[in-house]
Amino acid sequence: MSAVEAVFVLLSLVAVGSALLVVTTSNLVHAALWLVVTLGAVAGLYLVLAAEFVAWVQVLIYVGAVVVLLLFALMLTRAPTGHTDDLTVRRALPAAIVAGLVALLLVVTVVAGFSDVRIDLDETVVGSAEITGRTVFSMWVLPFEVLSVLLLAALVGAIALSKQEAR
Amino acid sequence: MPLWWPLLVASLLFAIGVYGVLARRNAVLVLMGVELMLNAVNLNFVAFDAQLRDVLHGGQTFTLFVIVIAAAEIGLALAIVLLVFRTHGHIDVDDLRSLGESGLDELDRPRRRA
Repeated sequence: MSAVEAVFVLLSLVAVGSALLVVTTSNLVHAALWLVVTLGAVAGLYLVLAAEFVAWVQVLIYVGAVVVLLLFALMLTRAPTGHTDDLTVRRALPAAIVAGLVALLLVVTVVAGFSDVRIDLDETVVGSAEITGRTVFSMWVLPFEVLSVLLLAALVGAIALSKQEAR
Repeated sequence: MPLWWPLLVASLLFAIGVYGVLARRNAVLVLMGVELMLNAVNLNFVAFDAQLRDVLHGGQTFTLFVIVIAAAEIGLALAIVLLVFRTHGHIDVDDLRSLGESGLDELDRPRRRA
């Protein structure tokens, strides 16, 4: 196992372990903080997989903005900061069974379908800011512009929802 | 490295996200499950981008687009969560029955939190 593969395995273990803690911890604020660890580890996985710009965008937007938004929502809904008993539904077993079946289906499919395919990371072009910017603004410029309209619509929608008087 | 390593991680993250969405009662925690699922999908995109050595980097570009759409989604969803909190006083998705059928509500009335 090369050094890159060892780093990948370690980051994968961190990502999956902290994701499990996100969905099982009984403390709301801890769930948000474990989400930071998960998203950071996924950013590290992107770096290993030669997606440099995507990794920094992940750190900026997910770790920087989305988690702060989630923490703000927890604060504004007066979430209890300590240990809370009823964060999970009373009958969590069906949810665990469904999630286990999803995991089984996906794992069996990807391992059976791609067991002999390898990623050759030595010859992969690193997705730096220059290369990503070049492709976004040449090949994908129309989806990029449509995306800006979507962001504007989401912004207007969020403001309209927040200004509504409670009935 | 074998391609199925990142795909395996993505599958596990997706299943954990599914469990979070199904099992959590707090609406903000449900949203965290959604974020986990979106990250799993992004990891798939990046892995296949590296494996196919796409000249146009379609996988990485689409990952950027998914991140932007996730940011828009979380902004709208949190506005809705705050509105629910203002109208109901709680954000427990199990107890939000105002759109349910009244007969069902009588049969299976949830215990209100204080």
